[in-house]
Amino acid sequence: MAASGNNEVFAPWKDRDAVPLIRIDQITKRFGDFTAIDNVSLDIYPQEFFALLGPSGCGKTTLMRMLAGFETPSEGRITIDGVDMASVPPNKRAVNMMFQSYALFPHLSVWDNIAFGLRRDSQDKDQVAARVEEMLKLVQLSQFARRKPHQISGGQRQRVALARSLAKAPKLLLLDEPLGALDKKLRQETQFELMDIQEKTGTTFVIVTHDQEEAMTVASRVAVMNNGQLVQVETPEVIYEQPSSVYVADFIGDVNLIEGSVAALGEGAELAWAEGRASLIGQLGAALSKGQSATFAIRPEKIAISSDEPLDRRNRVRGKILDIGYLGNLSTYHVELPEGPVVKCEVGNRSRIERRDFTWEDEVWLSWSDTAGLVLAR
Amino acid sequence: MRRLSTFNIVSLTLGFAFLYIPMVILVVYSFNESKLVTVWAGFSTKWYGELLQNEAMIDAAWVTVKVAFFSSTIATVLGTMAAYVIVRRGRFFGRTLFSGMIYAPLVMPEVITGLSLLLLFIAIGLDRGVLTIVLAHTTFSMCYVSVVVSSRLVSFDDSLEEAALDLGASPFEAFRLVTLPIIAPAVISGWLLAFTLSLDDLVIASFAAGPSATTLPIKIFSSVRLGVSPEINALSTIIIAIVTVGVLTASIVSKRQITQRLKEEAQAD
Repeated sequence: MAASGNNEVFAPWKDRDAVPLIRIDQITKRFGDFTAIDNVSLDIYPQEFFALLGPSGCGKTTLMRMLAGFETPSEGRITIDGVDMASVPPNKRAVNMMFQSYALFPHLSVWDNIAFGLRRDSQDKDQVAARVEEMLKLVQLSQFARRKPHQISGGQRQRVALARSLAKAPKLLLLDEPLGALDKKLRQETQFELMDIQEKTGTTFVIVTHDQEEAMTVASRVAVMNNGQLVQVETPEVIYEQPSSVYVADFIGDVNLIEGSVAALGEGAELAWAEGRASLIGQLGAALSKGQSATFAIRPEKIAISSDEPLDRRNRVRGKILDIGYLGNLSTYHVELPEGPVVKCEVGNRSRIERRDFTWEDEVWLSWSDTAGLVLAR
Repeated sequence: MRRLSTFNIVSLTLGFAFLYIPMVILVVYSFNESKLVTVWAGFSTKWYGELLQNEAMIDAAWVTVKVAFFSSTIATVLGTMAAYVIVRRGRFFGRTLFSGMIYAPLVMPEVITGLSLLLLFIAIGLDRGVLTIVLAHTTFSMCYVSVVVSSRLVSFDDSLEEAALDLGASPFEAFRLVTLPIIAPAVISGWLLAFTLSLDDLVIASFAAGPSATTLPIKIFSSVRLGVSPEINALSTIIIAIVTVGVLTASIVSKRQITQRLKEEAQAD
């Protein structure tokens, strides 16, 4: 989801007048003594592709199941399109869900699976048939219409499940780990297909995933969850570049974390991290006061590696190469600093010439710009 | 194919001999000319002819089939409903007690079940006949059905029913259109089990049966007490033949279905 018409960036969450489709208002869900969702409030806007991201057990699936109506909140209120969902059973909600296991009806053909929801609304036969054909075309499965679910491949099953959940043109489509069962290559292709279909149909998508790459690729906004709470809700770019906490920085992508204390606060923040060393300079990522203990977060790809001291940069440290990982498109260097921490640095392999600038045990300089790192609360 | 060792051949032979020698003897003697069961006097099929003339025996067979059909059908409906509620409806007040109680008749001595049913029928003034046998058989075979069906329901993917609800089906529609067709094989085997149990039952039927209706096991048992007649051997042979044909057909059909399915799955990927 990049833009909607008129070259305007799609960002209804910044628009004060935009009316959210889903309003999650101080929801808490308990199972016995266990609190699965802890006082969560969240607005999701029409046509968003919204991702709930977190490790297993963080409550993301419970939150989604409450939207579908399979769980009822212990406290709080959910409204969808202005209607309070408290007393609306799942079969009366204009919400459809694509299940992690796909939940295709094994005794029905692909065609009948897609028609199942339409027939419940007692539409007439021709209308149902026309809609099913349309859906089959959307997911490119027309020639498999008469097959049973066990007669098609995993990727095709995934598309049948998607077609079935979109057939009734729901206001909101919930996707529970929709690509989890596919292999990596197919998963990447399908991510783009999903975005394409989302744009074509204009449906609001809420996806649950534990795969941060998937959430970053498809979503307009990502909500990072931990222990039943929302840690940060932002666009993928902000989540990656401006994580609000060490948890988010660590969960999304690779990051080097260096412990220290705030030495000075100015335009950015300075972090004292080792006796007798110059402070590390970065942007302030959280409300901190001088002297407070904090963590410096820097992404590996933002660090440059050189054999000579880069005098033009204030953030520079010296260390010894501990490990080199060759990943094809890039190489990872693990550099051990004499002060203790091991810093990871990634360098793109742009040329094909076999040329190793650095090898194990080499003394190297690592450096990064003043704005590349973030100083976060511990 | 692997070759079997001598030890395996011997154990296999012994096992099968133990299981089947009694039945083989019964089948052989059903073709015996002589009225004396233990003396061989040449081959004959006359006892089969006489069996067909024996109206009391034919009546009893007919009653048995009727009772088995109705009791297994009612037991299947009740047993499936009970299994569904216990397995699928999550925790509710008294669930553990209820699920324990539904299996109690499995371990209850048949004599006690039979006796308690007899007392009930007398207490409410119900004349003993086909109806009381049907009721009695329903009572004890229902729990077998619910065991078979709940073992299938335990492995049933919850999200299938949720998907049906999600697509707008009412809870009853979800059961009728999704759950029931998928668990149908278990429901059918439950029905067949209840049917066989009812055909087989002597103890409970003898408490519930009255002068107006007798089942085949009661009839056989009471005539054997007066001495084994070759007619009974003939009848038993027919029953063995029917059961054999039934079991063979069922296993061939299910094996074919499995092979077919595996083939289709292999082609899918």
